[in-house]
Amino acid sequence: MKQLSARFERIAWPLGFGIAVLILWQVMVRAFNIPPAILPAPTEIGAAIARSTHILWIDWVQTAVKGAITGLIMGAIAGVAAAIAIDRVDFLRRGLLPVANFVAALPIVGVAPIMVMWFGFDWHSKAAVVVIMVFFPMLVNTLAGLAATDRMQRDLMQTYSASHLQTLTKLRLPAAMPFIFNGLKIATTLALIGAIVAEYFGSPTRGMGFRISTEVGRLGIDMVWAEIAVSALTGTALYALVALIERGVTFWHPSQRRRR
Amino acid sequence: MTKKPVISARDLDLTFETNDGPIHALKGVSLDIEKGDFVSFIGPSGCGKTTFLRVIAGLEQATGGDVSVNGMTPEEARKSRAYGYVFQAAGLYPWRTIEGNIRLPLEIMGFARADMPRRIERVLKLVDLEGFGRKYPWQLSGGMQQRASIARALAFDADILLMDEPFGALDEIVRDHLNEQLLALWAKTEKTIGFVTHSIPEAVYLSTKIVVMSPRPGRITDVIESPLPRERPLDIRDTPEFLEVAHRVREGLRAGHAYDD
Repeated sequence: MKQLSARFERIAWPLGFGIAVLILWQVMVRAFNIPPAILPAPTEIGAAIARSTHILWIDWVQTAVKGAITGLIMGAIAGVAAAIAIDRVDFLRRGLLPVANFVAALPIVGVAPIMVMWFGFDWHSKAAVVVIMVFFPMLVNTLAGLAATDRMQRDLMQTYSASHLQTLTKLRLPAAMPFIFNGLKIATTLALIGAIVAEYFGSPTRGMGFRISTEVGRLGIDMVWAEIAVSALTGTALYALVALIERGVTFWHPSQRRRR
Repeated sequence: MTKKPVISARDLDLTFETNDGPIHALKGVSLDIEKGDFVSFIGPSGCGKTTFLRVIAGLEQATGGDVSVNGMTPEEARKSRAYGYVFQAAGLYPWRTIEGNIRLPLEIMGFARADMPRRIERVLKLVDLEGFGRKYPWQLSGGMQQRASIARALAFDADILLMDEPFGALDEIVRDHLNEQLLALWAKTEKTIGFVTHSIPEAVYLSTKIVVMSPRPGRITDVIESPLPRERPLDIRDTPEFLEVAHRVREGLRAGHAYDD
């Protein structure tokens, strides 16, 4: 009973606060007669969402699912794989790591148009931008995770004459999981931003980034806000999903234990 | 009856090269350990007792001399599963249950799946942890964790058990209890045990042979064959025989330290 009310309180506080902000926003817009082109009222944004669910859905599938999530999955797998390779082969540590560092420093506004030239206007180029953005945080976090075991744990594996692969799968990767999930949380946020911004540099006539840039030009600010709301909800949901999986995988970590 | 030594060291030297010059962790160390012996290594920190144990286990390479385990080099002995090693900390993997932790060496060494539950159950019984197999390590006390780590070292039937201050981090009462249990386990399994400690009562209570070591360079100053019977209740520690052995260990430690002051 007490636990249930604690959970209710955890949800009720941010929810109540959010509703209060929306009400204040509505009252301010009405009271000061702010033109919709500057800041539409929440009710107008709500109306825009209700009016254009079909467009929002198509944009969402194009950008969030095809661009961001595909890119996120590919980039995350590539980052972890590269970390395992770099950890194994010293030549890669000295060669590949600085290059990855360099790629991570490339500005997205420079990379996106090039990816469009390489992979075309459709979602493939957006996923490619996301892969580039996501790769480095995944790589660095996984590398830190693989280094997180202490000497005694590795000695123990040595007393069993464990192979490199056995030590990796039975000790170092499980121990690296909290780090990998940290990287994944950073990556989910980056993925959505990357997929949206990449559409500014060429896209088919759908997608959240495309919609935002064209509706701004047509002063359809309520539609811009509608896309922003969808992207914020998507980002939050994606983050929550990763956190949920994390809780299942790293239940043993001190930061997760108290919830059991 | 003359027994062939299970572990034999001849003139072992081990020098670590550091920025401050070489450190002689071991110098001229010779020792035979026979089957079924319970040998304690005792000495102040830096005397090379842990290093010696690690050389026997092949975790550290000697820079001179010979060491053989079951007539093999330490590496060969390790690959033939000659010994189980217990570290200062339990070092159980928190993402595995107690059962899962004991299963770890079995998985790595390629034991048959069907064979595992029986082995796990047997060693859990040996360390008195029946019914705790499905718990996670962090749900158990420090003493129980260390017992689980002993069970893990016993799971694959090594004849030799190497223990590096396994009870050093535990309080006196828990330690007494675990010492008693360890003796019972030793009597039951007839293993050869190498045990590093810095506690004189612990060394005297447990061992058939006490190796006193001293630092700079790490060397053996005295080897004491214990006159105590193999069966030892805790209150044997108040007998004159016990106190006499303890006194000799203390003298040995003091002699090793004499040039220090």
